[in-house]
Amino acid sequence: MAMISLKKQPMPQQEPKVRATNFAEVPLGYTLEMAVHEATRCLQCQDPQCEKGCPVSVPVRDFIGLLAQGRLEESIRTMKAVNRLPAICGRVCPQEEQCEARCVLNRSGRQPVAIGRLERFIADWEREHGWVAADPPERRPERVAVIGAGPAGLTCAGDLAAMGYQVTVFEALHAPGGVLTYGIPEFRLPKDIVYADVARLEAMGVEFRYNVVVGRTVTVDALLDELGYDAVFIGTGAGLPKFLGIPGENLAGVYSANEFLTRINLMRAYRFPEYDTPVKVGKRVAVIGAGNTAMDAVRTALRSGAERAMIVYRRTEAEMTARAEEYEHALEEGVEFYWLTNPVKVLGNSEGWVKGLECVRMELGEPDESGRRRPVPVPGSEFVLPCDTVILALGTTPNPILINATPGLETNRRGCVVADEETGATSRPGVFAGGDVVTGAATVILAMGAGQRAARAIHRYLDEKRQAAAAD
Amino acid sequence: MYRILKKRQLTPVTALYVIDAPLVARTARPGQFVILRVDEGGERIPVTITDFDPEAGTVTIVVQQVGKTTHWLAQHGEGDTLADFAGPLGTPVALPDRGRVALVGGGFGAAAILTIAKELAKRPEVTVDAIVGARTASLLILSDEVGAVVDRFLPCTDDGSRGYHGLVTGLLEQEIAAVGYDLVMAIGPMPMMRAVAEVTRPHGIPTYASMDPIMLDGTGMCGACRVRVGGQNRFACVDGPFFDAHQVDFDEVTRRNKMYRHEERLALERWHQHQGSCATVG
Ligand SMILES: Cc1cc2nc3c(=O)[nH]c(=O)nc-3n(C[C@H](O)[C@H](O)[C@H](O)COP(=O)(O)OP(=O)(O)OC[C@H]3O[C@@H](n4cnc5c(N)ncnc54)[C@H](O)[C@@H]3O)c2cc1C
Ligand SMILES: Cc1cc2nc3c(=O)[nH]c(=O)nc-3n(C[C@H](O)[C@H](O)[C@H](O)COP(=O)(O)OP(=O)(O)OC[C@H]3O[C@@H](n4cnc5c(N)ncnc54)[C@H](O)[C@@H]3O)c2cc1C
Ligand code: SF4
Ligand code: SF4
Ligand code: FES
Repeated sequence: MAMISLKKQPMPQQEPKVRATNFAEVPLGYTLEMAVHEATRCLQCQDPQCEKGCPVSVPVRDFIGLLAQGRLEESIRTMKAVNRLPAICGRVCPQEEQCEARCVLNRSGRQPVAIGRLERFIADWEREHGWVAADPPERRPERVAVIGAGPAGLTCAGDLAAMGYQVTVFEALHAPGGVLTYGIPEFRLPKDIVYADVARLEAMGVEFRYNVVVGRTVTVDALLDELGYDAVFIGTGAGLPKFLGIPGENLAGVYSANEFLTRINLMRAYRFPEYDTPVKVGKRVAVIGAGNTAMDAVRTALRSGAERAMIVYRRTEAEMTARAEEYEHALEEGVEFYWLTNPVKVLGNSEGWVKGLECVRMELGEPDESGRRRPVPVPGSEFVLPCDTVILALGTTPNPILINATPGLETNRRGCVVADEETGATSRPGVFAGGDVVTGAATVILAMGAGQRAARAIHRYLDEKRQAAAAD
Repeated sequence: MYRILKKRQLTPVTALYVIDAPLVARTARPGQFVILRVDEGGERIPVTITDFDPEAGTVTIVVQQVGKTTHWLAQHGEGDTLADFAGPLGTPVALPDRGRVALVGGGFGAAAILTIAKELAKRPEVTVDAIVGARTASLLILSDEVGAVVDRFLPCTDDGSRGYHGLVTGLLEQEIAAVGYDLVMAIGPMPMMRAVAEVTRPHGIPTYASMDPIMLDGTGMCGACRVRVGGQNRFACVDGPFFDAHQVDFDEVTRRNKMYRHEERLALERWHQHQGSCATVG
C-alpha cells in the first residue's frame, strides 16, 4: 500500500485580508489532480465508518473510490442516488461532527479523508461539465404539493419527480432555497449553485410557484380538497426569529440576524444603490450569539464595511454551536470574541440609534438540565461595549402561519409539527412534514434526509391509495 | 409575473392598479395587504389591498409616489407586469356586527378603507361614516367608490375646497360629539393615525390603526416590522397591520421608519437623475 499522507490535501482559499472585503467564496475548490490525490487517501474500508456518520448514509467509500479511478460520471451517479444536493452539502455540512469524524484515518493520528471537499468537487465538476443524465421515470398520475423551497422541500420534490410524480413547490418568498438563499451568505454558498440545482429540478418537471404563503394565499386543506393535490409535504423550516426582550431592542440599528442576512443575501443590499434594498452597517457591529447564524452575520458585517466586528456570547468557546471551519475563518478574518458576556441593555442616542451595548460578565456555575455549566452573572461587572449596529442571532422557531391555518395538525410545546421520524407522516392523513419545521433549527443534511424519507413515504401512501381505489 | 390589467391615475402622484392575481383575490379579506416587487433588483414593498374580485381573479391597489420604488411602479401601465405580488398578508381585521363605525383615511388610506367599508355595508346593523382628508378637493381619491358604500361620506380639506375645512381629527371630534362612535379605524400617515388615537382616547372609543412599519419578507421571518403594542413586540406583517391605536408606541415606529432616510433620498435622487439622462438620450 502506498504511503498515506498525514494531512488532508489543503484547500486553496482566498487570503483572509482580501476576502474580508469581498463576497466571493472563501475556499476555491480542488483541481481534478488535488481531488484524485485526496481520494487516494481513502482506505476503501470493508465496513466504512464514515457512512455511519452521515445522516443520509451517502455511499462515501464508493463515490470516493470511483473518483480515485477518475470515473467521475459514475461517482456522481452513485452520490446522487442518495444525495441530490452534493454541491451544497459539500460546502455546509458540519463534516467534522459527521462523516469525517468517523473516518478510520482519525484513529491512526492522521487527518480524515476530506469527504466534504470531495463531495463539493464532484458536484462542481458536474455543474461545469454538463449534467449526468438520469433515466426518465415512468409517469405517475398523482400530484404532490411541496410547501417551502428549502433543502427539505427541494429534496422531497426532486425525489418525487424522479419517481414520476407531478410536483409543485409553493414558496412564500420570490426565490427558492430557504435558508440556503436568504441565510447562508454568498461567500460560503454562492447562490448560483443553489439556483443551478433548482434549474435542474425544473428540467425534471418540478413546477415552482413563488409568492405563495401557504396558510394565507392558500391553505393545506384547499390544496388537497380544491386544487387537486393528492398529498402535501410541509418543509417550511424554522424561520421565526427570537428576540431577547431587553430594553433598547427596538432602537434603529438593531436587527435580527434573519433580517440582516436577508437584506444582504436575498435582496443584495451590499450592492445598494444598484440593488434597491438598503442595509445599515455601522463601524462597530456587535453580534449576539455563537452559532452558524452568528458567524455568518459577523463575517457579513465585516465584508459590508464594519471596522470592528464582535461576537458577544454568554457561554464559552466550548459551548459554541458554529461549525469549526466557520469559527476558524472568522478568527482569521479578525472577528473579536467576547466570551462569557451577556448583553443586558441596548443603549441609544437622542435620535433613537444604537450607540452601545451594556453587558455583564458571566462565570460558569453548576450544570443545568442540558449538562452544560450554567453561566451566572458576576456582580458589579457591567460594562459598555460601544457599537452602532446590534445583530441578534439567538435562534429561531417554526413560523406559525401555516400551522395556525391547518386544523388538526398536531404540534408540540416548542411549536414544531409532530411527524413520524421514519415517514414524516403528521396527524393529518396525506400531509407529511420534515426539516426544521419538525426538528427545530438543525442542519441542511438533516432537512434533506427528512425530505427524502417523506418522499418514499408519500410514494407508499399514494401507491396504497391507488390500489385501494382500483380494488373498489 | 403579475399583469396590470387596468390603471387609473387618481391624482398626479397617486394611481390605481388592477392586478391579475387569482390566488390572492381568492382568499383576500378586508384589512390585508400584499408585498410586491416591481422587477428584479427591486425592493419588496407592502401595499394595502384596496379591493378584490375573486371571480375575476383581480386585486386592486392604490399607490402613492413617495420614493424610488413607488416612482418606478408609476411608470408601469396597462399590459405591463410586476415581478412579484405576494399575499394576502396580515391578519384580517375583526369587524363588528352592529354599532356606529368611523373609518378615517388620509393619503392612500382614503382608498385603503374601501374593503372595510364594503364588508361593513353587508352588515345591516352597522352604520358607517367615512371621514377622509386631503390637502385640496382634487386630491380626494376614490370618493365615489367609498361614498357609494358608506352611510355618510365626510370629506375634509385643508383649504376648505370640499367638505369640512380642516383636518380629519377636527371633524372626528365634532362627529363624536354629534353622533358618537362605537369604533374608529384609521389608515393613513403615521401622524394622522396618532392624532386620531389622541382624539378618541379621552372618549374611551376603541380605535384601530393600520401600522406601516418598514417590512421585508412580510411572513414573520425577519422582525423588521416589529411594533410595540401595550409593551409587547408584535409583528405588523403577521399580527397586524391593525393594532389597538391606544396601545401602540407611535414614537418608536416613527423613529424606526426613519432608519433609511438617507438611503431613500439617495435612491430617489439617483432615480430622477437616471430619468433625466434617459430623457435626453431618448
Ligand atoms: C444563517 C444560517 C446559517 C446556517 N448554516 C448552516 C451550515 O453551515 N450547515 C448546516 O448544515 N446548516 C446550517 N444552517 C441550518 C440550515 O440552513 C437549516 O437547518 C435548513 O435550511 C433547514 O431546511 P428546511 O428545508 O427545513 O427549511 P428552510 O431552509 O428554512 O426553508 C423553508 C422554506 O419554506 C418557506 N416557507 C416558510 N413558510 C412558508 C409558507 N407558509 N408557505 C410557503 N413557503 C413557506 C421559507 O420561505 C423557506 O424558503 C444555517 C442556518 C442559518 C439561519
Ligand atoms: C401594511 C402596509 C400597507 C401599505 N399600504 C399602502 C398603500 O395601500 N398605498 C401606498 O401608496 N402605500 C402603502 N404603504 C406604504 C408603502 O409601502 C411605502 O410607501 C413604500 O414602501 C415606499 O417605497 P419607496 O421606495 O417608494 O419609498 P422609500 O424612499 O423607500 O420610502 C419612503 C417612505 O416609505 C417608508 N417605507 C420605505 N420602505 C418601506 C417598506 N419596505 N415597507 C414599509 N414602508 C416603507 C419609509 O419609512 C419612508 O417613510 C403601506 C405600508 C404598509 C406597511
Ligand atoms: S452529506 Fe454531509 S455528512 Fe453526508 S457524507 Fe456528505 S458531507 Fe458528509
Ligand atoms: S472511513 Fe475514511 S478511509 Fe474508510 S472508507 Fe470512509 S473515508 Fe475512506
Ligand atoms: S416584515 Fe419580516 S417579519 Fe414582518
